[in-house]
Amino acid sequence: MKIVTICGAGIGSSGILKVNAERVLARLDIEADVVAADVASIAEVGDDAQVILTSAEFVEAIGSTFADVIVIQNHFDQQELTEKLQRSLG
Amino acid sequence: MALPPLPDEAIVIAAEVGDWRAAVHVAGAALVDSGAAREGYGDEMVRMIDEHGPYVVIAPGLVLAHARPGDRVVRDGLAVVTLAEPVPFGHPHNDPVTVVLGLAVESVGGHLESIADLANVFNDASVIPALAAAATPDEIRALMGLTEDA
Repeated sequence: MKIVTICGAGIGSSGILKVNAERVLARLDIEADVVAADVASIAEVGDDAQVILTSAEFVEAIGSTFADVIVIQNHFDQQELTEKLQRSLG
Repeated sequence: MALPPLPDEAIVIAAEVGDWRAAVHVAGAALVDSGAAREGYGDEMVRMIDEHGPYVVIAPGLVLAHARPGDRVVRDGLAVVTLAEPVPFGHPHNDPVTVVLGLAVESVGGHLESIADLANVFNDASVIPALAAAATPDEIRALMGLTEDA
């Protein structure tokens, strides 16, 4: 399974989301490839993603996709990440 | 790269700013003062927010500001700015902001280790208010588990 995290430059907030999503997935015993990317490359990187993790600001730019787009409010809140990932993947 | 050291020049405590742009510029100036970035890096960080919105407010009270690697980056660097008064960035959930992190990265990919370090620090929700209340650079470094020199 592929999960893509998206932010403006593919460096900061998407990096935090990648790191914390990997930790949550490991705890849930779910195997996934988590890739951080900038919003400009979403068409290319998000093509085969099952889940896209991002901030509310990028939902419109991500546009229509087969992936489940999950908006994260607090990037450091593992509880929020866990609940939203479980809802999407469960 | 692991998180870069945090010299005094990279720390600004209780900055008086009128708005979010000024807050980001203080972080930009701290990155320039500490030798991680060149003049204009603060403008680039502001431009990212102008372009994409207040998504940089990644947790309640905390901004992670950065631009892309490029001419304005000298080397990997981190700056920590606390604000005298909380400032709104226009984020629907995480406003107002009391702590601004400025980040400069030389290259994408190699920086994920330092991002993981940041996650280690801030996954503890008590760190943001503690940073906002810190009175000295040493307190800030202790909260972030960073040293003054490399």
